[in-house]
Amino acid sequence: MSIDLHHGRVEMNHGSGGRAMAQLIDELFARQFANDYLAQGNDGAMLPAPAGRLVMSTDSHVVSPLFFPGGNIGSLSVHGTVNDVAMMGARPLYLAASFILEEGFPLADLLRIVESMAHAAAGAGVSIVTGDTKVVEKGKGDGVFITTTGVGVVRDGIILSGNLACPGDKVLLSGSIGEHGMAILSQREGLSFDTGIVSDSAPLNGLVEAMLDSGSRLRALRDPTRGGLATTLNELAKQSGVGMRLDEAAIPVCPAVSAACEFLGLDPCYIANEGKLVAICEPQDADRLLAAMRGHPLGQNAAIIGEVVDDRNGFIQMTTRMGGRRILDWLSGEPLPRIC
Amino acid sequence: MRYVDEFRDGDLARHLAAAIGSEAQGTRRYHLMEFCGGHTHAISRYGLGDLLPPSVHMIHGPGCPVCVLPIGRIDQAIRLALEHRVTLCSYGDCLRVPASLGLSLLKAKAQGADVRMVYAVTDALELARQNSERQVVFLAIGFETTTPPTAVAVQQAAASGLKNFSVLCNHVLTPAAMHAILASPAGVRLDGFIGPAHVSTVIGSRPYEPFARDHGKPVVIAGFEPLDVMQAVLMLVRQINTGRAEVENEFTRAVTPEGNLKAQAIVNEVFELRDGFEWRGLGSLPKSALKLRPRYADFDAEARFGVGYVPVPDNKACECGAILRGEKRPQDCRIFGTACTPDRPVGSCMVSAEGACAAHYTYGRFQGPATTVAREEMQ
Ligand code: SF4
Repeated sequence: MSIDLHHGRVEMNHGSGGRAMAQLIDELFARQFANDYLAQGNDGAMLPAPAGRLVMSTDSHVVSPLFFPGGNIGSLSVHGTVNDVAMMGARPLYLAASFILEEGFPLADLLRIVESMAHAAAGAGVSIVTGDTKVVEKGKGDGVFITTTGVGVVRDGIILSGNLACPGDKVLLSGSIGEHGMAILSQREGLSFDTGIVSDSAPLNGLVEAMLDSGSRLRALRDPTRGGLATTLNELAKQSGVGMRLDEAAIPVCPAVSAACEFLGLDPCYIANEGKLVAICEPQDADRLLAAMRGHPLGQNAAIIGEVVDDRNGFIQMTTRMGGRRILDWLSGEPLPRIC
Repeated sequence: MRYVDEFRDGDLARHLAAAIGSEAQGTRRYHLMEFCGGHTHAISRYGLGDLLPPSVHMIHGPGCPVCVLPIGRIDQAIRLALEHRVTLCSYGDCLRVPASLGLSLLKAKAQGADVRMVYAVTDALELARQNSERQVVFLAIGFETTTPPTAVAVQQAAASGLKNFSVLCNHVLTPAAMHAILASPAGVRLDGFIGPAHVSTVIGSRPYEPFARDHGKPVVIAGFEPLDVMQAVLMLVRQINTGRAEVENEFTRAVTPEGNLKAQAIVNEVFELRDGFEWRGLGSLPKSALKLRPRYADFDAEARFGVGYVPVPDNKACECGAILRGEKRPQDCRIFGTACTPDRPVGSCMVSAEGACAAHYTYGRFQGPATTVAREEMQ
């Protein structure tokens, strides 16, 4: 008898290594992720070694709620790791996925999550080649946790690193900020307001390929996920020992996000993104890079938002829309809605 | 959606800045106090200081509810949580304010106290309803804007005979603080006030009239958008130039002379004036804060648990008091940005985003002189 994926629930024996676990793997994971490497059915996947340098990255995903406008923890877990690999200038090839499931979790929800992982992997051109499943007792997990690990290969001559930014370099952003974090926040209990905001969760490897193809001399790429644009820029500045000057008016923010931020007293520069990247490039190549980004569907709203400057304090200084100056500082504490 | 863009229009800001620049006389000084932390935050976040001529000085006022709460008040909440084992609910910022013995509500939580962050008093009320075996105390802070919701919660708790909900009341009054400022040396030097819009929608514009009439200080009530602030500065400069001292209203959208009578009636039904209340920086001010009326004594956490207020002096190095009185600027504090940062606040003004020190640290510290005081000096 096959597993009832529509009404069943995760049970302890789905993680205990017995027949129930084998069945769950066969009927759910292997069927959805189907590829030759996974079909080997071994403890590990045997992969052809690509020529060149490899990039490897891993990320654990815990998100509440598990389903949000524009995606769910499954698609997010694929995009997150694909993007981390892509930010190194690499083409992601393979993913490993580990699931920690909570006893009692509806299999129908798990199916939706796994389906969207498979869909996201296909969209990003990567294969999920190996995986693992564990089940924890009810109350000891939060539905599903997913850890993904990715491997990619870097083309010759490309070296991207957060410590390479130099004064004079331009700072580019691939599109409007804050959508993922706001989509999540608008779903959270206690903050339920309907904003119509959809997560920007997307695989950025295609956009990165287009940027590399343009031949622009890139110094660093980074995706501004947790902590948002502000955190990413501060990290880059710190790593490179430089400061930055930004123009707030150049930073794209969609009206719904800016209205929701205004309402909650939040700054979009600190809100998470899952389908945006920041690029630092040599000044002469900035326009060429911008054109390449805008030519890709995920970079249509790309903009040059500022430049790298010499600053021993490492300040990210921004000219506000009003024309005054401020710092875009590291986050302190949790970005919580203002009280009064 | 249009609202935000309308009020963020950079061209309008430049226009207002040009008007202020041409109308402010270079030969005199304009010392303007923005009373409210909401304005302090807007000025720092949008870098509005850069748009003002050198003759216009913005001075931060005491209108930050977390900042003006003295240490002894946080201590009371901590005692309730640690010794009386209540479920103590408050707004996020309150949890981080440093208290006695190196504690804060967050640190008390780490020691096992049941401390919860809530977004509104209604969350605390709900928690009490759902956990009848727990005593739930709401640490109520804030000026006149947050008082009506607390009053409504107390009325609801009373109506439903809730036995496990009470309020540690620290609601304070804006006009009382403004009177105290005017009686201080920094207040005498002030040329005008920007008054808080949200508070004024509740209390109306009339309570500000004595400041204009008796003290000769113009007041312009303004909203919290950057353009509101710029407009208010322009209106103040114009009043000062023509020798007027009036209460004007930039925020015509919702402020009336009488304010919100219904909200006032609810507040009045639940609360009465305290004889005196200690403010951080301003000292003990008569009739400057509220307490629950005797008929609601059951919902008064101070009475129910017998936790009295014990005054505690501020940290020796901390200049919060002088900053809250408008006498000093954040960068005048020796430990600003070194021993005291938003991640490790020493004083309350570094905690809330509306505190003068936090606002200056977060948005404006690229301007200040580099501080060289070693971190160790503090410890
Ligand atoms: S920097 Fe810290 S210690 Fe100094 S006045 Fe501000 S809050 Fe108080």
